[in-house]
Amino acid sequence: MNDQLENEEISRRKFFMKLSLGLAGLSAAVAAIPVISAVLAPLLESKVEKWRTVGKLNDFQINTTNLVTFINADPEPYAGMTAKSAAWLRRSSDTNFIAFAANCTHLGCPVRWEKDAHLFMCPCHGGVYYADGSVAAGPPPKPLTRYQVRVFNDVVQIKTAPLPITNIGGSKSQPA
Amino acid sequence: MKNFLKKIWKWIDDRSGISESILPVITHPVPPRAKWSYVFGSATLFCFLLQVITGVALSLLYQPSSKEAYQSLQFITNQAKFGNVLRGIHYFGASAMIILVGLHMMRTYITASYKYPREMNWISGVFLLIFTIFMGFTGQLLRWDSNGVWSSVVAAQQLGRVPFVGEYLARLLLGGNTIGGQTLSRFYSYHVFIVPAFIFLFVAFHLFLVIRNGISEPPKAGRMVDPKTYRSWYQNLLKKEGVPFWPDAAWRDIIVSAFIIIAIIALAVFFGAPALTTPPDPSMVQTSPNPDWYMIPFFALFALMPHKIESIAMLLGPLLTIILLFSIPFISHKGERSPLKRPWAMFGVICVFVFVISLLVIGLQASWSPNFNTKPLPLTDIKSSNPDSTIIKGVHLFYAKGCQYCHTINHYGGKAGPNLTTVGNRLSIEELKVRIVNGGKNMPSFGGILSKEDLNNIVSFLHSQN
Repeated sequence: MNDQLENEEISRRKFFMKLSLGLAGLSAAVAAIPVISAVLAPLLESKVEKWRTVGKLNDFQINTTNLVTFINADPEPYAGMTAKSAAWLRRSSDTNFIAFAANCTHLGCPVRWEKDAHLFMCPCHGGVYYADGSVAAGPPPKPLTRYQVRVFNDVVQIKTAPLPITNIGGSKSQPA
Repeated sequence: MKNFLKKIWKWIDDRSGISESILPVITHPVPPRAKWSYVFGSATLFCFLLQVITGVALSLLYQPSSKEAYQSLQFITNQAKFGNVLRGIHYFGASAMIILVGLHMMRTYITASYKYPREMNWISGVFLLIFTIFMGFTGQLLRWDSNGVWSSVVAAQQLGRVPFVGEYLARLLLGGNTIGGQTLSRFYSYHVFIVPAFIFLFVAFHLFLVIRNGISEPPKAGRMVDPKTYRSWYQNLLKKEGVPFWPDAAWRDIIVSAFIIIAIIALAVFFGAPALTTPPDPSMVQTSPNPDWYMIPFFALFALMPHKIESIAMLLGPLLTIILLFSIPFISHKGERSPLKRPWAMFGVICVFVFVISLLVIGLQASWSPNFNTKPLPLTDIKSSNPDSTIIKGVHLFYAKGCQYCHTINHYGGKAGPNLTTVGNRLSIEELKVRIVNGGKNMPSFGGILSKEDLNNIVSFLHSQN
């Protein structure tokens, strides 16, 4: 009789032990959902892309390259000036434009257009690109990334895109 | 009154157990002759505490918002009482912490203190080294000027090299698809909450292990570490010759730590906080990002390593370094500890030291970067004493076409390419034309950029440099 009571007591203790561990695990798991959501938020957001006007057609002369700035696709209200991005816009003919990301494909530093030298130069590790964005010298593994660009009702528009990230093989995540 | 205060203290001590639990820890016996080379760990800890205190003070004034952080830093630096000094202490404290953690690690390796039974001390120390470097990097970003913004992009690009998940990691780091509102919030959280929590945890574990395993005795040539007998031998050593940590050993730690903290404060008072660069506007591209000095060796490495292997090295370099550091106590956990009997270990330390310092020195010069700030070469500084019009045009074109960004003539220009002060002695007119038109290993081809006349003018000028 005593043994039976003892066994029941042990199984009762085991039950409560398992119950306590289970409830603790459940509460931790439920609390973790919004926490993990906050951690992974940048990956859970949809990639919004928008056409942004960067100037009128007549603002850009043929065979010139100009810095244009625009607001990212979906900036937070508290982003301030970090909501802005820049691109180098080249007008190659009456209707053709090429827009290059201002980020070096080596490590993302800001490339600058040297008008007289007809070269893009990176201040960080000496990357150099020709006017068409191809690599001229230095460590960049790939040409400058391009943005989509269109002329719409006599205004020039650039399609926003994620920051180009160079992958291990030197390939790039291209803007859509 | 004195008796009354004593009574209060006795009551507090009795109910809280302070003396009972703390005294045995601070007076625990340590081996004799553990002298000045043993102070770096405690000095690192005191620097960390200084960082915590000044960091909390800075957080009272700093606005961790992408929109307002830069303005709040301007306020701290220029308007807040002692704000500039506070930022300076935090900056120089970070630098000191990185130097001290490096010295502590070097001392531990040189004296092979990572061997049995202190393998876990070493492993927790490697974690603390990684956290310290990460704190230095994120702290630099919290300055949230153009340097901060572009350093975030550089970090994201490096993470992008991780196979398969690199792009996702980069987006997580930036807090979105681009630099934006969440970028600074994330770095603030890493720097102020997440990593410090890990540092506290690992410091507590590290100190617990120091007490549990004891401070390693200074090594002696020929005295081997034998895992079977070491613990009992060490306990006997403490019984026979041990001295209480406080005050017999700790006074050196306190003197050195106090001296370092006073030096940090003095540097902050005399030099102030690092200057803010331009505002954190990612659309402002006329900027030259520069990391703080402790990140410069990495920055230099990326410029110097062969371009073809760079992406792989960017991934494998840190990974293999970390694996190697963690594996050290498993590669050799017993036997000789004296540096005199471990010449290869000493050689390795010297190599690493020379490598890092060399990268730092080269990185500070950054000769691979174009010198955008160079001024046009004055005609008085060219070799030709009576230059004709082609040479004069060549001098102007040499600057306008960007040649001077990378080449120096008479102290004017960059250092990415060869010095051309006397290039006329080395190359003929034809050879100069071939070089300029076709470019070279690390030089753009100017064939499609220069007109024939411009080319002839530049060549005339360069050939006159003899």
